[in-house]
Amino acid sequence: MVKEIERKLPVVHVCTIVPISLTVGANRIVPAIAIPHPLGDPTKTPEEEKAIRRHLVEKALKALQTAVTEQTVFTD
Amino acid sequence: MAYRIVHYINQFYAGIGGEEKADVGPEVREGVVGPGAALKAAFGADAEIVATVVCGDTYFASNMDKAGAEVLEMIKKYKPDGFIAGPAFNAGRYGTACGGMCEVVSKQLGIPVVSGMYPENPGVDLYKKSAWIIETGDSAASMRKAAPVMAKFLLKLLRGEEIGSPADEGYIERGLRKNVFYDKLASDRCVDMFVAKLKGVPFETEYKMPVFDRVPPQPPIKDMKNAVIALVTSGGICPKGNPDHIESSSASKYCEYDITGVNDLTSVTFCTAHGGYDATYADADADRVLPVDVMRDMEKEGVFKKLYNKFYATVGNGTSVANARRFGAEIAAKLADAGVNGVILTST
Repeated sequence: MVKEIERKLPVVHVCTIVPISLTVGANRIVPAIAIPHPLGDPTKTPEEEKAIRRHLVEKALKALQTAVTEQTVFTD
Repeated sequence: MAYRIVHYINQFYAGIGGEEKADVGPEVREGVVGPGAALKAAFGADAEIVATVVCGDTYFASNMDKAGAEVLEMIKKYKPDGFIAGPAFNAGRYGTACGGMCEVVSKQLGIPVVSGMYPENPGVDLYKKSAWIIETGDSAASMRKAAPVMAKFLLKLLRGEEIGSPADEGYIERGLRKNVFYDKLASDRCVDMFVAKLKGVPFETEYKMPVFDRVPPQPPIKDMKNAVIALVTSGGICPKGNPDHIESSSASKYCEYDITGVNDLTSVTFCTAHGGYDATYADADADRVLPVDVMRDMEKEGVFKKLYNKFYATVGNGTSVANARRFGAEIAAKLADAGVNGVILTST
């Protein structure tokens, strides 16, 4: 899906298993937290969890504003 | 003397449990467990499964290096002559774990390794260069057919017998090239192929070119403050009760949901249709998969102009590549027509 979307629009893939995203061919990748809760962490308080999610979304938006020429994983 | 084999399987085939147990760490059991019985039957007296290592799929996929090292230590103790993993059919995390273990064992112990997967399993593209992967069907229904092929092929490797072509042996092409002598000159063979092509008759190339299926990156968003951003997910987020019946695996469709006025996804309003991960956390708070709450906050703060008022969701669990491609193309066309400038796609 990510590749077909990339044909029309810039897209960032926020996902947990980065090697699969790289194999599939996503160009902008933001590593997520865990498979059942990629943008959350139920072991934290709701406030901490939302802060984690905010941080990931900020990274995703930064990735969308970054020019890339090849597959790029956006870490901290 | 029989060859000593160690078998790798996941928590499901070991009878520990389904997705709710997918985060269990590795353990080792003496002898045959679950699908090992079918392999044992095929090995006969030639090889013996001395131990079975079991690991949860989520545990492995989330800590690949650590889990690989832990499982390797368990395997080493049994001094195996060969290693067999799966078959994983079309289970993505399981295939990734099987392929990852084959790679580690092959590199560290230098023994023959075999797995079995459906060609669309993501583990195939990740590991076909490191391991022999026997082609299987997409579900455990093909176990009876797959197990003997895997077992016989491993015996062949153990005995150092010559390995034939993918079509002859049943493994998935690894991109290996092999020099072969023909009686017929290359020029003759080339003309034969050309004539066959003109006639529309099937022929087989001797020098397959790799297929690079890549899409060039789009230019970045220049003016985020005026951008419309859309959310898309393969994590199966949908209104509570899954009104459109998105399938929990092998999804045949994606759905479009209006989130006008929705500032937060709650356990009362949204859930996941996904059957390939433990749904507890997404059902309790779907923002953990589709971050609507945070996107609304940022929209209000003016970080970007607008969160597009519809999101698109499907279940990425054994979904065929053909369907995923179609979903992606249709979603992209709709988003582009709606004036969306960029997309965040989340996957579990």
